[in-house]
Amino acid sequence: MSRRVPTPGDYPLLRQLRGEDRLARGAAAKSRRSAELRARTATADRTVKSVCPYCAVGCAQNIFVKDGRIVQIEGDPDAPHSRGRLCPKGSATKQLTTGASRERRVLYRRPGGTEWERLDLETAMGMIADRVVRDRRAGWEEEEDGDRLRRCMSIAALGGATLDNEENYLIKKLLTALGIIQIENQARVCHSSTVVGLGTSFGRGASSTLPGDLQNSDLIVLEGSNMAEAHPVAYQWVVEAKARGATIVHVDPHFSRTSAMADHFVPLRAGTDIAFLGGIINHVLSTESDFREYVLAYTNASTIVGEAFEDAGAAGLFSGYDEEEMSYDPQSWQYDGAFVGAASGQRDQEGNVDRLQKSDLGGPGGRGEIKRDETLQHRRCVWQIMKRHYAAYTPAMVEQVCGVPQDVFAEVCRLFVENSGRERTTAFVHGVGWTQHTIGSQYIRAASILQLLLGNMGRPGGGVMAMRGHASIQGSSDIPTLFDTLPGYIPMPHAHGHDDLDDFVSADAPARGFWANMRDYVVSLLKAYWGETATADNDYCFGYLPRLTGSHSTYDTTMAMVEGKVKGFFLFGQNPAVGSANTRMQRLGMSKLDWLVVRDFSLIESATWWQDGPEIESGEMRTEDIDTEVFFLPAAAHTEKEGTFTNTQRMLQWHHKAVDPVEDQRSDLWFTFHLGRMIRERLAGSEDERDRPILDLTWDYPTEGRHDEPLADAVLAEINGWNADGEFLSAYTELKADGSTSCGCWIYCGCYADGVNQTARRTPAAEQNWTGGEWAWAWPANRRILYNRASADPSGKPWSERKALVWWDEEKGEWVGHDTPDFEPAKRPDYVPDKDAVGPAAIRGDEPFIMQADGRGWLFAPAGVADGPLPTHYEPQDSPVRNRLHEHQRDPARELYEHEWNRYHPGPDEPGAEVFPIVATTYRLTEHFTAGGMSRWTPYLAELQPEFFVEVSPELAAERGLEHAGWATIVSARGAVEARVMVTDRMTPLRVDGRTVHQVGMPYHWGPNGLARGDSMNELSSMALDPSSHIQEVKALSVDVVAGRRPRGAARTELVAEYRRRAGITAATRVR
Amino acid sequence: MADPASALTRGDDAATASGYEEHPPRMGFFTDTSVCIGCKACEVACKEWNEVPDDLVGWAGSSHDNSEGLGANRWRHVAFVEQRAPLGTQQANFQRDGGDFRWLMESDVCKHCTEAACLDACPTGAIFRTEFGTVVVQPDICNGCGYCVPACPYGVLDKREEDGRIFKCTLCYDRLGEGQEPACAKACPTDSIMFGPLEELRERAGDRVQELHERGMGEARLYGEDPGDGVGGAGAFFLLLDEPEVYGLPPDPVVTTRDLPETWKAVGIAAGALLAGAAACFAGARR
Repeated sequence: MSRRVPTPGDYPLLRQLRGEDRLARGAAAKSRRSAELRARTATADRTVKSVCPYCAVGCAQNIFVKDGRIVQIEGDPDAPHSRGRLCPKGSATKQLTTGASRERRVLYRRPGGTEWERLDLETAMGMIADRVVRDRRAGWEEEEDGDRLRRCMSIAALGGATLDNEENYLIKKLLTALGIIQIENQARVCHSSTVVGLGTSFGRGASSTLPGDLQNSDLIVLEGSNMAEAHPVAYQWVVEAKARGATIVHVDPHFSRTSAMADHFVPLRAGTDIAFLGGIINHVLSTESDFREYVLAYTNASTIVGEAFEDAGAAGLFSGYDEEEMSYDPQSWQYDGAFVGAASGQRDQEGNVDRLQKSDLGGPGGRGEIKRDETLQHRRCVWQIMKRHYAAYTPAMVEQVCGVPQDVFAEVCRLFVENSGRERTTAFVHGVGWTQHTIGSQYIRAASILQLLLGNMGRPGGGVMAMRGHASIQGSSDIPTLFDTLPGYIPMPHAHGHDDLDDFVSADAPARGFWANMRDYVVSLLKAYWGETATADNDYCFGYLPRLTGSHSTYDTTMAMVEGKVKGFFLFGQNPAVGSANTRMQRLGMSKLDWLVVRDFSLIESATWWQDGPEIESGEMRTEDIDTEVFFLPAAAHTEKEGTFTNTQRMLQWHHKAVDPVEDQRSDLWFTFHLGRMIRERLAGSEDERDRPILDLTWDYPTEGRHDEPLADAVLAEINGWNADGEFLSAYTELKADGSTSCGCWIYCGCYADGVNQTARRTPAAEQNWTGGEWAWAWPANRRILYNRASADPSGKPWSERKALVWWDEEKGEWVGHDTPDFEPAKRPDYVPDKDAVGPAAIRGDEPFIMQADGRGWLFAPAGVADGPLPTHYEPQDSPVRNRLHEHQRDPARELYEHEWNRYHPGPDEPGAEVFPIVATTYRLTEHFTAGGMSRWTPYLAELQPEFFVEVSPELAAERGLEHAGWATIVSARGAVEARVMVTDRMTPLRVDGRTVHQVGMPYHWGPNGLARGDSMNELSSMALDPSSHIQEVKALSVDVVAGRRPRGAARTELVAEYRRRAGITAATRVR
Repeated sequence: MADPASALTRGDDAATASGYEEHPPRMGFFTDTSVCIGCKACEVACKEWNEVPDDLVGWAGSSHDNSEGLGANRWRHVAFVEQRAPLGTQQANFQRDGGDFRWLMESDVCKHCTEAACLDACPTGAIFRTEFGTVVVQPDICNGCGYCVPACPYGVLDKREEDGRIFKCTLCYDRLGEGQEPACAKACPTDSIMFGPLEELRERAGDRVQELHERGMGEARLYGEDPGDGVGGAGAFFLLLDEPEVYGLPPDPVVTTRDLPETWKAVGIAAGALLAGAAACFAGARR
């Protein structure tokens, strides 16, 4: 390289005359600056290994630090999963974390105040601690009907999927010890249905595979997913697959950037995927194109269901329905002569203990013996039940319901069948387009059924790739900050029937499989929480855990807030005033709080609604009349702390700290630890029994630095666990129920094996195979593709060489292959358990689904899914289309909320149906991130998509006089918003139920704050939930769309009221 | 002294022509739009690395493009084109008008021409050819005269109003000096933006076009790859799936200074003739 530093005798003119560059266009014209140019990436003092804070792909990032400042953030090319690439958001990480939009000081709003005030951090922390102590006592519930509750219902928390695992762990630990049960985060509103759907079908509720495995697929079906926009860097694996000859199919209501590269785009009516998938299931069943050997060996197809079971039939109602309660008793769905619990979902909220005690089943653990018909002929075998159930889901019906023409549908079916079997595999990729429905869990179940029928589970290029949304939302589900589970998906105990540990374990632990060892996991968790205090004598402090009495999900809490029952609320990096359904209700709820603590980067809508929210604008609320005290505490960025994120492929990656946060910015670890410390100081010496859990809690983490930052490392070590000798545990099989082991999250056990932080491993991609097993650490036990035992036939030989993944090595006497086997390493394929074997020993050598009570993939779910053992098509809560498949229009078990501002729309055959005739769906853009807190304030992102818009077809635009680049007002019974109009061919009307149905699409990122501003789409959505996951329905609703901007002020509320009058909406509308 | 005309037209080895005795192979971009997902990581990565100011223009509604194209504050620009036409064997399955639809996406950038008119027009020596064969505006030399702006046949160069100087893509000159790839190429999730020695890229591009033709995408073609084109071939060339005009690119760009030698020759002849004529007049007048 001819880079010379110019000397006095080297003037450009001289260089021009003396050198080769006579015209001074190159070498002679190079300035001193150009000659001395260095790249910041080369001159940095150090490179810090980190992980992108945005989505759940978890791209590895390198942070370059010079003179104590971050000078560059870019991708880490060593990473097997991201290969050094970053999407626009990841690329904007430096601006996000170092830009001017971040708040640096604590802000405080006094009750009735009109402005923010300054408050020093120490004082703020003290005030918050005081309020927790005071209001916890005020809202205490000791017992109900003789059952001990031991809980506080007056304080709640929301967030955070953007937080580290260590932070979520401390939040759950602290709040649980305080008796607080209303703990939720983004996982609830995002992929909770996935946890139910995958968990009940296969045994674990997380993605069964990794995006990198998609390169092995022969067919990739992206449905309920906008992968290229929501997960661009993971999409590289789809591109890779395509380069190798795979076919890509995208099924979606709108043509997105994901569709642009698909071989087949299938436009579909939003909310009808179960009809679509059910149609494919019907096709496979009636043409017998299933992978028969796989189905017989690895699924419950041959299992016989009990006599009491009744098909859903034309009515669409399974046996066991209680019309009054709008819920099912799943007892009649159980197997004939046996009782099996689910590995996930609704495992026990109402007392399996009663059922077991009343039944007389005998067998292992009192759970009876499963009966099977391997010929698949028995009337009540799962196979025949499924055939009957899906018989009505014909191609003609799919056309009528979904708007998918029969020839297009036939092509999709053909592709599925041709790309499954021994030699070929198909993968599903899904996102919240599937989960966010009142029947969301069933969507996932439907895909799971198909993948089991076609033999795609546990095989390379197969599986169900659940694409989650936030940097550590998998973690905040695993650890979790959720109301209904404890770390590792142990259910939160219920007030009824869970009096002691014995009851709890016998109710929820199945006799067979690894969940049978639940006692080991629970006791180890209790030891982590209460250390020395937890002994066999006091049931390991099991009584310290607060009890549930039903659903306490985020929307239940919203209603409790609206009713004035909640005094204090914590928001950890979550923005419900934009991101949750029915934002008006969210703000209404917050206005009834006594105090609110918001931790975030910038002043998000959930922090400022009292000052400038829509209700202030309309005059419905006056700032001076709102008594909610608001504390805004600026949060540290991921660059300013260390800890782990768990990404969508269950991989925990440690991110190192690059710089210190400034001024009042602190990590959530710091906040939670010190809040806990201050609360314990205030309660020290208390004689009140209620304070024992918080005072006996192990809460002595080491701290360092001038801010006394707790060591995240110490928290991760606790999560991993240790034995009585203080040695780190290496696997969850080492956990014991005798109090000798401690483990904060059993599925994460092994992440600190041998005292080495496995999550910080960074073996480059070039030095390992595609599964990337030596980069970081994945749960469980660093297995990358779950259920991979199923990639081999019952004898242990791969179904085909082309699709070999793990197989039995007779010589070595163990399972070997490209991935860590998801099976006991030395269990022979021909192993048959003794009749009364329990636990893992009861799983046969050819049962790959080791978490399931029967070791099988569940085509039929006898337990765990609240609205039926088989997915059934119902219309969304608000739909302009009649359900042509079943008489029941909507999910009979869905959860609804009665409130003036949560009204639903009339049904398609009722008066007023024509008022909201247009189907609306929502989605993401690649330039923004979820509720906008991390993108609308970031200039490089805000400028790419500055305003809220609605996408409409040219046909609808013509009909309604909508002008491209003009404005439209979109109205529902909940609210009215305005958006810029994008007239595009990418939205298409569909021929449904004999008529034309229009659809519009809205990205949901906007709110009135930040640099990119607009109305929030969630002003329109209602709270109507899936009964198993409690997730809201925002992917399919009905609206009206008119040209022009919306009214301002009180006129806006009046517009909505007028629509409601026209539609005849009352409290009784569609709540049955 | 080298003949100015031949210096301008000297083919591939732009760096040698620019006086570098030893230099690395010519480096460039091959942007394969057939795998572009329109994510704009390239735009953001470029801005972050090069500290380019943000420029919120507002909602343009030009498909998903809310900027105005390449400019002083946008050195990578993604274009979106929605068309009622099939893309190879893809099935969009819309129920209207034949049902075909395709969405073309392309990340545009400075072409780093072999024959660079901006380089020709720059009077201060701010714009120069680097040892990598790339064309770079040196911000410490640029006086903002703006001669380069109308010179570029692609309209790439632009003045940063608040600053006064001209800015454009440098092909991350500073990163190249450390053996690192440009920020946009590094970030691109699908490897639509490929960076490397121009020779290798041209070969790879040829293979890719052939592969696409075999897969039924007959409209795939290269743009800017040919050293015989009007700018002597571009250091940053593209694989497009339709005519260049569809993407907002000039179909047949020519280095705007191409005719300068002819023009000066003509000026010389005209001046000579004028002088001769004037001399003749005065000579005659004396008699």
